Amino acid sequence: MIPELGHFALALGVALGFAQAIVPLWGAQRRDLRMMQAAPALALGQFLALGISFGSLVWSGVTSDFSVLTVAENTNSLEPLIYKITGSWGNHEGSILFWCLILTLCGAAVAEFGDALPTSLRARVIGVLGLAGVGFELFALLESDPFARLMPAPIDGRDMNPLLQDPGLAMHPPILYIGYVGFAVPFAFAVAALLEGRIDAAWGRWVRPWTLAAWCFLTGGIALGSWWAYYELGWGGFWFWDPVENASLLPWLTGTALLHSALVVEKREALKVWTVLLAIGTFSLSLSGTFLVRSGILNSVHSFANDPARGVFILALLGLVIGGSLLLFALRAPVLAASGVFAPISREGGLVLNNILLCSIAAVVLTGTMYPLFADLLLGEKLSVGAPFFNATVFPLAVPLFAAMAVGPALSWKRADLGPALQKLWWAALVAALVGAGAATLTSLLPALVFAASAWLILGAAADLAVRVRLFRIPLGASLRRLGGLPRGSFGTTLAHAGLGITIAGIAGMSLAQSSIVLLKPGETTHLDGYDWQLETLHDAAGPNYAARVATIRISRDGRTVVTLAPERRSFPVQQITTTEAKISTNLLRDLYAVLGEERDGGAVLRLHVNPLAPWIWLGALVMAAGGIVSLADRRLRVGAPTRRTAAVPAE
Amino acid sequence: MNRRLLLFVPLAAVAAGGTAFFAMLQREQRGTFDPRAVPSMLIGKRVPAFTLYGLTDADLRGPLLVNFFASWCAPCVEEAPILMDLHRAGVKLIGIAYKDKPAATDAFLARRGNPFTRLARDEPGRVAIDWGVTGVPETYLIDPAGVVRWRWAGALTPEVVTAELQPMLRKYA
Repeated sequence: MIPELGHFALALGVALGFAQAIVPLWGAQRRDLRMMQAAPALALGQFLALGISFGSLVWSGVTSDFSVLTVAENTNSLEPLIYKITGSWGNHEGSILFWCLILTLCGAAVAEFGDALPTSLRARVIGVLGLAGVGFELFALLESDPFARLMPAPIDGRDMNPLLQDPGLAMHPPILYIGYVGFAVPFAFAVAALLEGRIDAAWGRWVRPWTLAAWCFLTGGIALGSWWAYYELGWGGFWFWDPVENASLLPWLTGTALLHSALVVEKREALKVWTVLLAIGTFSLSLSGTFLVRSGILNSVHSFANDPARGVFILALLGLVIGGSLLLFALRAPVLAASGVFAPISREGGLVLNNILLCSIAAVVLTGTMYPLFADLLLGEKLSVGAPFFNATVFPLAVPLFAAMAVGPALSWKRADLGPALQKLWWAALVAALVGAGAATLTSLLPALVFAASAWLILGAAADLAVRVRLFRIPLGASLRRLGGLPRGSFGTTLAHAGLGITIAGIAGMSLAQSSIVLLKPGETTHLDGYDWQLETLHDAAGPNYAARVATIRISRDGRTVVTLAPERRSFPVQQITTTEAKISTNLLRDLYAVLGEERDGGAVLRLHVNPLAPWIWLGALVMAAGGIVSLADRRLRVGAPTRRTAAVPAE
Repeated sequence: MNRRLLLFVPLAAVAAGGTAFFAMLQREQRGTFDPRAVPSMLIGKRVPAFTLYGLTDADLRGPLLVNFFASWCAPCVEEAPILMDLHRAGVKLIGIAYKDKPAATDAFLARRGNPFTRLARDEPGRVAIDWGVTGVPETYLIDPAGVVRWRWAGALTPEVVTAELQPMLRKYA
């Protein structure tokens, strides 16, 4: 009964979606106020319908209703409750429904918070979101029905992929999806602007908070995924340039560029056509990422539900959404004339450089990801593009980006002088050079350069803040008052830029990582990077839906015990999969990382790592997302209040 | 270039990409495109030198098939009747048991039928590494000069035998 209710609600969502797409868009064209004003109610209605639909799916999972195919295939009665819930989106059908839910949530959010938007713009934005929503809901309804029944119902379910039974991964897909789908809002704003034929500073101001919100979630989602790969896959790495990882990195890169170019639209009314293209491109990359994972075209550890027939449906859907919006762009973009002129050395000049470099990195990553496929199709050649290519191509583009990032916020709008800006940063440059030189004695040139860039970014952000509050030039109390008075937006910038500095320090730190693979019998000890690792015992343990083999390893330094780690190997009988549970001990400056491998001759193969600065990679991402949220707190005041603009412009 | 034409560049790029993906999906459905497949480096090359008890590379003068298999591998069970059919059709088959206990191999062949004219055992799996075997079962076609002409990774199916193996067998007979 409940699954049928969900199925019906999904169909209702499609009907409301059609109405949401047609009525406001047509109304905006006819300048019919009543039709345009129907948009918010329709968007809320569609969100409600999808909420009921997804709620029914979660309910079926929680109550272990194995007559529902997706529940039977992806959960098990013995599973902990949290995985019965996360099982709803840990599979193809459920994740598509979740996509639709988030898309309707975006529409509802625009309806709820978009009171200050001009009626016709709001109607068009909601209409475009409705159009995209209909496409994906139809896909869910026709091609991947999450509520399909199974007759006869099995006694127990087939369980979820054990690799996904992990608290970190439970939250990874929803956060990542909110990030992906969140870029639908800037996309809808871009398409609406093309339909309106008008973009002004206000448009830039309205589109930024939505972009920022999506960006925060995407940053968090990518970081969570990378963290999960680090501790769950047990390979000791954090980023593998896997096609699916690249698929999430691409919209992040172009989304970051969009965040900065929308600022130029807002402040200088320039880069309009480019910003619209970025908004369309970012959402297109988000969509394509999903398509590539699901079609089975990309060779990746993440692929699930490989079905070429579904691939054709999604491809057609993408063709309509992306192709349609780009056709509109080609026809209508000439209307959006730029009004601002700008000098190369200025805040907007710096933001253009940021856009060029970010988009170049995105282009390189896209090429590296797609080239093997196209080479296979066109030339019949089999090849793979891996980390060496990406490291060699992304790095030369990233270094000038890091160098410019610290300088950019110190420049003023319209016309600036590089001299005074660099003067503010002299001590940051000096310390960065010293850090680089110091690191060069410990490691090779490349990581040393990244360490220097990291110090430059963190200290550059601090120096910028210090100049703004006139630290040490006026009494400390007055500086603190100034700090309190600074717009949150500039705090956000500082935090986000420093966060990237922290992340790249972690990445450079990983290049100093030490590891070894050893065969130890209980009682034996090995040495790695100044630590003594003693295998104490090997024993069996039982979990709710798995059996585990546990090794206890006592790690000591100079005779003093640092920590005892207990890595496990878990076998899940239902799925017949064995997973490794790496165990990690961190003190924020280094990770001690142990993995239990196969056992033979009474001993166990252990893989041991010492990873300096590893936690900084994710800590930095967290700081970046926090910077976005702080900025968002500033924007919220402005979203509804364009008249207050003069009061909220950052101090220049 | 004309500025208005420039604005069509993104659309053109996406259209080209979309067409390519459509071609990939079509060919994937027909089974002629598999982005996951890893080609054998041995195709067109002589069999790598090896010595197992009862079999060396010098013995491999085709046309014949070399089949890596194991008693513990489920797809090998699936493949067994197809190998028997090939054996009955007069194709010379040489089996190499991969990482398998001799008693288990013998029991497997006694139960499923023995299609092999010669059998060698690669218990440590070292010869398989030289051949670049990605998993069991895996089948190689060797021509009269001892050159590898074709490889199939995974279980042979009747479709693969008619569509791919038989033409190759005729060509290198």
